[in-house]
Amino acid sequence: MSTVMHVLPYLVAAYVFLTGCYGLATSRNLVHAVGCLAVCQCATYVLLLAVGYRDGATAPVFSDIAPGSRPVVDPVVQALTLTDIVVGATVTALLLALVLQIAKRHGTVDPDELRELRG
Amino acid sequence: MHHLIPLLVAVPLLGAALLVATGRFLPRIAAEITGVVVSGGTAALAVVLLLNSEPPMVEWVGGWLPVGGESVGILVVGDGPALGMATLVSLLTLSALAYSWRYFDEPPTGHTGAFTALMLVFQGAMCGFAIAGDLFNAFVFFELMSVVAYALTGYRIDEAKAVQGALTFGVVNSLGAYAMLMGIALLYARTGELAMTKIGRGLDATGHSGPDALVLASFVLVLTGLLVKAAAVPFHFWLPDAHAVAPTPVCMLLSGVMVELGAYGVWRVYGTVFAGPGGIPAADLTRALVTLGTLTAAVGAVMCWYQRHIKRLLAYSTVAHTGLFLVGLGVLTPEGDDGVALYIIGHAGVKAALFACAGVLLDRFGSVDEHALHGRARRLRATAVMFAVGALGLAGLPPFGTALGKAVTEEAVGGPLTVVFVAASAITAGAVLRVTARVFLGLGPRPEDAEYETSGSDEEPETSGLLSRIPDTMTTVPAVLLAAALAVGVVPGFGDLVAASVNEAGSGGAHVSVHWTLHGVLLGVASTVLAVALAGLAVTRPAWVSAPGWAAPLRRLQSGHVGDYVAWLLMGATVLGALALPGVLGS
Repeated sequence: MSTVMHVLPYLVAAYVFLTGCYGLATSRNLVHAVGCLAVCQCATYVLLLAVGYRDGATAPVFSDIAPGSRPVVDPVVQALTLTDIVVGATVTALLLALVLQIAKRHGTVDPDELRELRG
Repeated sequence: MHHLIPLLVAVPLLGAALLVATGRFLPRIAAEITGVVVSGGTAALAVVLLLNSEPPMVEWVGGWLPVGGESVGILVVGDGPALGMATLVSLLTLSALAYSWRYFDEPPTGHTGAFTALMLVFQGAMCGFAIAGDLFNAFVFFELMSVVAYALTGYRIDEAKAVQGALTFGVVNSLGAYAMLMGIALLYARTGELAMTKIGRGLDATGHSGPDALVLASFVLVLTGLLVKAAAVPFHFWLPDAHAVAPTPVCMLLSGVMVELGAYGVWRVYGTVFAGPGGIPAADLTRALVTLGTLTAAVGAVMCWYQRHIKRLLAYSTVAHTGLFLVGLGVLTPEGDDGVALYIIGHAGVKAALFACAGVLLDRFGSVDEHALHGRARRLRATAVMFAVGALGLAGLPPFGTALGKAVTEEAVGGPLTVVFVAASAITAGAVLRVTARVFLGLGPRPEDAEYETSGSDEEPETSGLLSRIPDTMTTVPAVLLAAALAVGVVPGFGDLVAASVNEAGSGGAHVSVHWTLHGVLLGVASTVLAVALAGLAVTRPAWVSAPGWAAPLRRLQSGHVGDYVAWLLMGATVLGALALPGVLGS
């Protein structure tokens, strides 16, 4: 495979991460901001899976292939990605719950109007 | 003995699960006793393990031992610093639970024990981060302690400020954690390992010609996550917002030990992963940490001085002190590590005690505003004495543990950086003394309000209604904490013990004798005198030390806007990369 295809997943991961950060920095709605945080986390999934990729390899499931008979992708990063997804679900759920409370108590979810804590 | 190390995480988590499962059937007293027993049991276990941590222990959880040098198991380490941090976490959680005995008089119906359960999860997660021996588990525990901390910060969900502060805290810290995970993935890509020591060896084996762009990128990403937790400038913006709104027992833990775990993480990760020839050269780490640390100490001290919200003031003093810790760690000498370890222990006691006293004010008067409380707390004599003693501890008055740690660190960093230590501790302590003089003694005229600030009035007390009498637990706990901070400096041999265990893990067993020196005592007394003078000046001649024009932009940076803080985080990561770049270019 060409060098471009090898480098592409890493560029995609960096792009997705920075896109999420841009969205966070310019967000006008906290629900959108929590979504952007989830986008940043998706960059970590892409990166982890890209790290474990091997040319011509199959999924690391040995129910129908004998171990060692053909290359498999790295199962460790897949386990890490799964753990990462669980962590992300927890964070997103908790932050959305907080946004809900902010909407109730402040009557707005626009970060530009939430300037009580400052100085 | 090493088989018991994972229990430091398992016992609090199981205790929390028990409380969540049975909480709604238990009377409140039973839930709290369960919490204290579980937390105290873990603390006792941590102390026993700590006393047996020589030589350092290693445990593969669940018996997944390495086969032929390859491992997929979870590694936990039981050396002095790891178990020491776990002990500090556990003891502080125990005191926070004891302090909150009469707090939250009416837990939400049907959720008795929810607060205690969250505190136990927090304790377990922080212990887990302290003992994690591989980077991915460090990330998992990092996120677990962050998530529990967000929930605890926003525990009083009916308060507008609390949920706002918790959300800011959550977004910034989670973003930092994801940056850290990206860095871990890059390290795994290079070395195929997750255990910290093996990553370090892998980098040295592959990087014969020194570090390259990938090592630099992973270093910057991992350090960004840890420095967000350690609240280094410019990653610190979340901390005052979170600490000002969190319930007081939670503040004791956040300021006392969670932020310091970030600095501990920097020490652990650099020493184990990046210190070798394939990692980041020592000169670059020193440049990065000393620059950011000095900046953090300066910003923290200045912002601390201009606060009127007492909990926010204490939060900024934590920022200033973490800056000092980073400077001490950044010089990469055994003496610096030992001094910072002692400083962290002493600081935890003093800062937790100060937050506990601020909590007394909150529940007695429904306000933590220095201006609104002017002269109103004259009758709280015990609290006044403890607040003043805590301020002196913060300044580093010998023989407090903070003073010993500060003296040893000052000697290690040497030269002009000593000025940073004296000034930062004097200014933060001066601000606390000023609060003491105004609030508890009613000295001086009532100060005028500034335009761009967070006031601390109209806060909801954390008990059911305002307290007319302060419960004994709320005065005993800060007294015990202050006594412990004093004991760190007074008990003979304690400093040497800490130094020996830190150096065994970090500096190859270098022998350092930690003791009081005339130089250190004089510097400690100097910062105390400076703090008292500053406080006296602030009370008698407020105009002389009021915010000058150049401080206004600094205050405006703390805009309360989560988007700004994310932008600062990205800028901080760039600065970190630029500071570490010369070593990579030069190799």
